[in-house]
Amino acid sequence: MQQRNIWMALSVAVIAGSLGYLAVGKFGENLVYFVTPSEVAALSPDQYGKKMRLAGLVVKESLHVVSNSTKVTFALTDGAKTIPVVFEGIPPDLFKEGQGAVVEGRLEADQTFYSTMIMAKHSEDYMPIEMKRAGLELPKKDFFKTLQME
Amino acid sequence: MISFLRRYQGWFAVGAYLFLAAGLYTGLVSSPADYYQGEVVRIMYVHVPFAYNAMLAYTIFFGGSVWYLWKKDPVIDNVCQASAAVCLFFTAIALVTGSLWAKPTWNTWWTWDPRLVSFAMLLLILSGYFTLRAFLEDDEKAAVYGAVLGVIGFVDLPIIHFSVEWWRTLHQPLSFSTRGVSMAPGMLIPLILMSVGTSLLLTYVIMSRTQVVYLRHLLEAKQGRLLGATKL
Repeated sequence: MQQRNIWMALSVAVIAGSLGYLAVGKFGENLVYFVTPSEVAALSPDQYGKKMRLAGLVVKESLHVVSNSTKVTFALTDGAKTIPVVFEGIPPDLFKEGQGAVVEGRLEADQTFYSTMIMAKHSEDYMPIEMKRAGLELPKKDFFKTLQME
Repeated sequence: MISFLRRYQGWFAVGAYLFLAAGLYTGLVSSPADYYQGEVVRIMYVHVPFAYNAMLAYTIFFGGSVWYLWKKDPVIDNVCQASAAVCLFFTAIALVTGSLWAKPTWNTWWTWDPRLVSFAMLLLILSGYFTLRAFLEDDEKAAVYGAVLGVIGFVDLPIIHFSVEWWRTLHQPLSFSTRGVSMAPGMLIPLILMSVGTSLLLTYVIMSRTQVVYLRHLLEAKQGRLLGATKL
């Protein structure tokens, strides 16, 4: 009975602890899961070099591969401000111009965002390619609105 | 109640088979690939039905918990245990399929996005429930504590649902909202078939699991009486 109580206290503590860690720690600190180009543009110099996530729309015709390197450059926008990004690595398949992306990295003093991790942010509309080619659009949340909080 | 469950559960099982068979065929074979995601979109036909039916199972668990706290009917506690078990299982499936879908589309298995974190919390709430039930020896006390946890945990449901609208997330916003339906008919059909099929499966499993839990309690009570008798 004594041993059972110890195990129970231990199990409850582990689960309650993990729940608290998720609710207060992970949920709380990621309520602002990413920052927007406008917010990054307004960062003070003491925020340079700090790890963060930046999200925006990949500006059309901004995507370039740097020759003789594994670097890719592009720009992310929220409609108001645009931030140039230098990425080192292999971009994911669904990372495309005119689409959303979340990048992890740091803003440096040259006002450029340096990243080693890209996540593609896709929208909530689903349709076959024929419909898309026919120019059909389904109702969906405006991309720039998905960058803001309600 | 128990005889009612035993009599009608078969219909739900048959319905689940039919809808899931039609849903899997349309979802995996006859429906079109997505213009952006390609073939990977088919994971949605499993992920979305299991995620939302996990929340439906929790709603049943919540309703049962309120009812139990009010009436203290032991059969309702059996329903609570059954629906919580189904919810735990469906939540795990939704998390795993979500992860499998996230890697090829987002480029990560997991990220600390509010939708993902709030959904993972559901798994922990249910783990807490079963830990409580496993350790508390007094059955009525375990039922009451469990029901209280079930009621409190319900706040996670609206947070999960609206997280993609209220906060910044990597997860896409709602495809079915006041904005309208953001899905082509050819993809909506397998999703509806799978969702109905999963709901029928959920109902069937809760019905049959309730009987298992009920019979186990009955057996334990009888064993208790026998052991008591031998002591005399």
